Amino acid sequence: MKKFVVILLLAVMGYYISAIFFDIGFGNSHLVEGISPVKDAYLEETVNTLSVANTVTSIVVNFRGFDTLGEVTVLFLAVTALGSILYKKRHQAGDRSVLFSASKIVTSGSKLLFPAIVLLGAYVFIHGHLSPGGGFQGGVIIATGFLLMLLAYENFTVGHNALSVIESLAGITFAGVGMWGLIYGGSFLENFLPVGTLNDLFSGGVIPIIYIAVGFKVAAELTGVIYTVLHEKG
Amino acid sequence: MIYFILIIVLFLLMIGAAVYSIRQKDLLYATIATGIISLVLSVLFYLLQAPDVALTEAAIGVALTTIIFIITIRNTVRYEDESDNKEKFKSGVK
Amino acid sequence: MEDTLFKLLDYGIYGTAVLVILVGLYGALVKRSLLKIVISLSVIDSGINLLLVAIGYLKGGTAPIFSPGYLENPKVMVDPIPQALVLTAIVIGFGVTAVALSLVIRLYRHHHTLHIDEIKNLKW
Repeated sequence: MKKFVVILLLAVMGYYISAIFFDIGFGNSHLVEGISPVKDAYLEETVNTLSVANTVTSIVVNFRGFDTLGEVTVLFLAVTALGSILYKKRHQAGDRSVLFSASKIVTSGSKLLFPAIVLLGAYVFIHGHLSPGGGFQGGVIIATGFLLMLLAYENFTVGHNALSVIESLAGITFAGVGMWGLIYGGSFLENFLPVGTLNDLFSGGVIPIIYIAVGFKVAAELTGVIYTVLHEKG
Repeated sequence: MIYFILIIVLFLLMIGAAVYSIRQKDLLYATIATGIISLVLSVLFYLLQAPDVALTEAAIGVALTTIIFIITIRNTVRYEDESDNKEKFKSGVK
Repeated sequence: MEDTLFKLLDYGIYGTAVLVILVGLYGALVKRSLLKIVISLSVIDSGINLLLVAIGYLKGGTAPIFSPGYLENPKVMVDPIPQALVLTAIVIGFGVTAVALSLVIRLYRHHHTLHIDEIKNLKW
């Protein structure tokens, strides 16, 4: 009986929501006849004022940079909450909950793959302003590399202190660059380095510096999450 | 023309994986179906001309979410109705 | 012919996204096991992200990246603002899933069951 009522309510809700979206249409220019001024302003200012080739990077770091600071904070809070909920005493730390011995192919193959994955992750977050990529993507790729090594070898450890130090330093760099922009320019996260030409590695002012800091921070955080969850003994 | 057939097949795969992951009683299969949803979503993001979003969804949705779910299943129950847990585990399905 | 195919795509993509959200909502409302509810939340996240990126598509558009050689023959670009929003939403969705799963592990250790009808006390 309850399932029938739920399906009925969801069908009514789905009908009204899809009516709105079919009315908007797919692939039209949007919601207002003809012109969307914010999109045109962002696309033009990215090339002329900032000289950054990737528009999504310039929106995430420069035009809406404060929201990225909020997102990094939320991710930090989530990792801290996870670490404090799965808390256990000091002398129990060190034994793993999943005990399997991986086969020969996995152990020898992951030794070859791990430097390549870390190199790919570093390339993605360094060239975030020139090609698709950026801090979050590169950090997650590096965390996947560490996950591969943690699953293949039983006694592979990552120093917990080293991860905390890297994460804190990266966060301080992000906030420090913003404060320097406030002192020097007049608004938080303002661009104070000279912008170069388009499609150059050293273009865009502070945008590569902020994205490199975000890449390190996300990589260290997600590696810490994987490490905490794997060492959980039930 | 071939693109339209490909996109329709991707839509059907996504809806099928979503329904399968909700209705399946073995939780390990439901987790793999969630990974399939994320994979199809990443391909759809690429076809909608959004490469940054496709990279992020492929890395986070397929790799990290699946491993966290699997470790949780290892530490808690495996089947949805827990009365199945004792019979099926003891009969050799390890 | 091309117009009818594009109309089918229009109904298809919005219909798929709304259908995935509704399937996830059904799972979150009806199912009794805590782990199944967390899986349903993850499915809802995927549906919402698809809906947001699908709004920003322009017909015949290309990715919003000024690669070298673009400025000679410019084409229409898709909207980059929903993509920046969805980038944040994916990462935060993963964070919420991770915290929810840690709560599930902790609850199982205390009550030894994941059935939500039997977890009644409010204290740990």
